Amino acid sequence: MALIELDLAHAYGANPRSDDDYALLPLKMSFADGGAYALLGPSGCGKTTLLNIVSGLVKPSQGSVRFDGVDVTGRTPQQRNIAQVFQFPVIYDTMTVAENLAFPLRNRGVAPERIARRVGQVAEMLELSGQLHQRAAGLAADAKQKISLGRGLVREDVSAVLFDEPLTVIDPHLKWQLRRKLKQIHHELKLTLIYVTHDQVEALTFAEQVVVMTRGRAVQVGSASELFDRPQHTFVGHFIGSPGMNFLPAEAADDGLRVAGHRVAAAPAALRGLGPLTLGVRPEYVTLAAAEAEGAVRGTVTRAQDIGTYWLVTAQVGDDAASVVRARLGSHGPVPKAGDAAWLRIVGPRTCFYGADQNLVFEGAAA
Amino acid sequence: MKPVNQKAWLLILPVVVCVAFSAILPLMTVVNYSVQDIISPERRVFVGTEWFKAVMRDDDLQGALLRQIGFSVSVLLVEIPLGIALALAMPASGWKASAVLVLVAISLLIPWNVVGTIWQIYGRTDIGLLGAALAKLGFDYSYTGNATHAWLTVLLMDVWHWTPLVALLCYAGLRAIPDAYYQAASIDGASKLAVFRYIQLPKLRGVLMIAVLLRFMDSFMIYTEPFVLTGGGPGNATTFLSQYLTQKAVGQFDLGPAAAFSLIYFLIILLLCFVLYNWMQRVGTADKKEAGHG
Amino acid sequence: MDDRRWKKRTVFLVLYLVFAILPVYWMVNMSFKTNEEILNVFSFWPRNFTWDNYKVIVTDVSWYSGYINSMIYVAINTVVSLLVALPAAYAFSRYQFLGDKHVFFWLLTNRMTPPAVFLLPFFQLYTTLGLMDTHLAVALAHLVFNVPLAVWILEGFMSGVPREIDETAYLDGYTFPRFFLTIFIPLIKAGVGVAAFFCFMFSWVELLMARTLTSVNAKPIVAVMTRTVSASGMDWGVLAAAGVLTIVPGAIVIWFVRHYIAKGFAMGRV
Repeated sequence: MALIELDLAHAYGANPRSDDDYALLPLKMSFADGGAYALLGPSGCGKTTLLNIVSGLVKPSQGSVRFDGVDVTGRTPQQRNIAQVFQFPVIYDTMTVAENLAFPLRNRGVAPERIARRVGQVAEMLELSGQLHQRAAGLAADAKQKISLGRGLVREDVSAVLFDEPLTVIDPHLKWQLRRKLKQIHHELKLTLIYVTHDQVEALTFAEQVVVMTRGRAVQVGSASELFDRPQHTFVGHFIGSPGMNFLPAEAADDGLRVAGHRVAAAPAALRGLGPLTLGVRPEYVTLAAAEAEGAVRGTVTRAQDIGTYWLVTAQVGDDAASVVRARLGSHGPVPKAGDAAWLRIVGPRTCFYGADQNLVFEGAAA
Repeated sequence: MKPVNQKAWLLILPVVVCVAFSAILPLMTVVNYSVQDIISPERRVFVGTEWFKAVMRDDDLQGALLRQIGFSVSVLLVEIPLGIALALAMPASGWKASAVLVLVAISLLIPWNVVGTIWQIYGRTDIGLLGAALAKLGFDYSYTGNATHAWLTVLLMDVWHWTPLVALLCYAGLRAIPDAYYQAASIDGASKLAVFRYIQLPKLRGVLMIAVLLRFMDSFMIYTEPFVLTGGGPGNATTFLSQYLTQKAVGQFDLGPAAAFSLIYFLIILLLCFVLYNWMQRVGTADKKEAGHG
Repeated sequence: MDDRRWKKRTVFLVLYLVFAILPVYWMVNMSFKTNEEILNVFSFWPRNFTWDNYKVIVTDVSWYSGYINSMIYVAINTVVSLLVALPAAYAFSRYQFLGDKHVFFWLLTNRMTPPAVFLLPFFQLYTTLGLMDTHLAVALAHLVFNVPLAVWILEGFMSGVPREIDETAYLDGYTFPRFFLTIFIPLIKAGVGVAAFFCFMFSWVELLMARTLTSVNAKPIVAVMTRTVSASGMDWGVLAAAGVLTIVPGAIVIWFVRHYIAKGFAMGRV
């Protein structure tokens, strides 16, 4: 188990000039010993590259990686004592489950009795004890992934376990079982776990801290509630949540806060003079309001879907097609139908305002 | 287990049509001839299994068959390990990979009679590089006069000609192994030998089966190269099965015995390949049960 | 540890390449010599360097048309073989159906007959169809041994792709054609490359059927090369030159498929 500190950047070519040349823009990050982290982002954002740099499969073009203060940038994964679980199960086909689990220890020359004991322990933890003497090749995908994981856990001094979208090939109804198992292992063994995924549900349920990434940049690191309530970047607001945050162009003018062409509320002092802004509000925090209420806009409902536990209402609030607001409204209480006019409160304590660089400048209603 | 789906027949129908069209009709014709005595185009007499019996009773056949089996086994013993070793040694990427690929593939592209011709000259002590070199080293080398030398030369020629087939198959097979396996092995601290034994060799099983069957079959039917090189000599030292068949057929001017022999030839290969195939399948079933098969 | 291993491999590779190239070098050597020199003089480099052998081939229409004819029917055959083999290999790899194992083995049995067996029946068949002396006839005839080979090779590579990838793609909403073309085939690139090259190669060098089914219009280069024996004996120089030239199209083919064969198994999203 180790504290992992990163201070690096990674570019494909030799002389990176613009941001596009970087796979990972310069970042500084640390992963606490025993913490469970997720690297979350869409395809191509650099999360797998970052994972491979931590594990040692990729060497960063600039900067360093430190384990417990020691510079390991030049060391191989084996030397760093890392364990990695890949997107599809990687097992040794010709060996049994027990032989698979024993392999890393045999390569290190560990005594056979210790190997047997350790394999037994890990198999028990992963619920593989009954299959120890079966050929690994004949098992289902989820069992194979457990074996991959097991090979990492079997080393008692493993510094961190890294996961690269490990549930990709697992049947949906088995995914939650594996996820639960991972949380259990984290709880028992207190290992540093870093988990790469593009699925926010996986990330938010698995990790204590989530690193949201896009296009080579880590835009926010925080807990699930931090990411949800206080997205530091419009990308976080958009990516997290189902559906994501609503975004409308806004400006703090002399007569107040103008959104989508109409005066909506008094402008908070912090926003005055900042030029064009983006207002962001999550559908969960959009409520129905009385006509002309402070902080509300008028919209025409284009769609009202009954999701079961809530209604998802989509309304057109401005002239251009992008000015759309989605609201999650409780099933109890009035719900407008398609075609109705409705007033939706969008400025409230949870409303976020973003500047031209997409970063958060202010959260809340008018002071 | 693979799902049962009879509609899959639609996917293989084009293949079956192509091959059946080209294969079944001729085969029926051959079977037809093999049971007849064609004295002249108008006079055909049904003789049943007579030709088959005559062929099996032929003493020379046994000799040719033994020589053939010896040759095919030697070919496999040399070409398979050599091909695997070559595939492992070939670079995996970059311009060097392309250059080596082309160089290795060259011997496969030469028409077989030219292969025989090249080695004919190559092996001569007066005007050929190999022959002259061996003579310089003190060997009394003669592939026309010495039976053992002839055997070895034919074997060497075949190894030169066909090892790249095994190598290319294995090379492609190696490229199909995902990087993650090597990465995991590195993380597990596996030695290079362990990587070969537990990752590369098992994953090559599929292509190796193809390579073994192909080389066995093709070496069993080999005709042109040894015929051009040694003409089957000295004596009949390098007369393998197909040359024997041709000698018989040409000598007889009779389609009947030739057809019967062709069928026997085919059945021998079929039987041996069937045995080989099943043996290799059994050895590899556990692996085929993995992902997508079995 | 790695360096020593690499040195050994490089040495072995270089030794093999020398072994492989020497006879070819000797053939190239011969192609620039006159027949007298070939038969009487042992020399590493032609004493009287001559382009004559190549001139014969390039200027004589019956020679260079041989190359063109070969390339035409080999191209047709390779394309058709791959096109019918891909779906069949997929079926064998992914599904069970009535008779599957038997049909799979039967395919290979078509390569177990000495080609001489097919000569007479093919001659009769193609004469009846009116396809004698056409490129199509040879291309079709060669399907007998190339299609089974392509199916076997492709099936082997396809079975190495976990079925979960197919299933994940369907869950993601891919239609079968789109999945097959954009996801599956790139994963078996090496197999496709090797299968294509072998189809090309076996069709290119096949002599008996090609010679039997053609006479003038579609006469392939392999057949043309057999008539290098004249009254004054074997025309070694021209034969060597022709041999050198037969390597060229194949080298080009492997150059084109090199990326397929050498490409790794690229899977995974970032």
